[in-house]
Amino acid sequence: MLERGHHDMGGLPAGKVEPTEHDYAEWERRIDAMVQLLRGAGQITVDELRKNIEALPPEAYDKLSYYEKWISSLTQTLLQRGVITTEELGRKMEEVAGRKK
Amino acid sequence: MKPQFATDYPALDAKFDKGDRVRVRKTAPLGHIRTPFYIRGHVGEIERYCGAFPNPEELAQRRDGLPAQPLYRVRFKQKEVWPDYKGPASDVLEIEIFQHWLEKA
Repeated sequence: MLERGHHDMGGLPAGKVEPTEHDYAEWERRIDAMVQLLRGAGQITVDELRKNIEALPPEAYDKLSYYEKWISSLTQTLLQRGVITTEELGRKMEEVAGRKK
Repeated sequence: MKPQFATDYPALDAKFDKGDRVRVRKTAPLGHIRTPFYIRGHVGEIERYCGAFPNPEELAQRRDGLPAQPLYRVRFKQKEVWPDYKGPASDVLEIEIFQHWLEKA
């Protein structure tokens, strides 16, 4: 069966493109910096990041913003490589969530 | 054919020349694929040999992608790719495609 990847949408009907100027949020700048630093350190490749973005479920792919896709993919890549573990990540997320209260 | 960019990777031989007619393989494996879905199965013409580069499909799986795959810029006629294309018949579409996705047409 010939199956198009959800991300592979070239040539499909699409709405009008609305070009707008926008600034980046601080967390987006940080994600960008993390990706550049990890690439420089040889810890990740662009191709892995692309693979993990393309592996997002279609509904997530459509819903997530550009840098939300990046952080999702970066997280998957670091888990797959064993740079971080799900245990460490889950505990850190709990800690951060706790800070806000 | 002289590559546009010379690289030092151990590489496969470039088997197509400028002007060769090539068909893009029509298949859909899993993984990270840089050949757009919409162009698979279409016939185009080699516009240039870009050079040999590690295979991104392998790089995405943390392998070295060697031997490097020859990469070509392939030119397609817009009217052949899009049946309802309204522009001039001379309009073309150029896509860079790795050799393992191409067959002699």
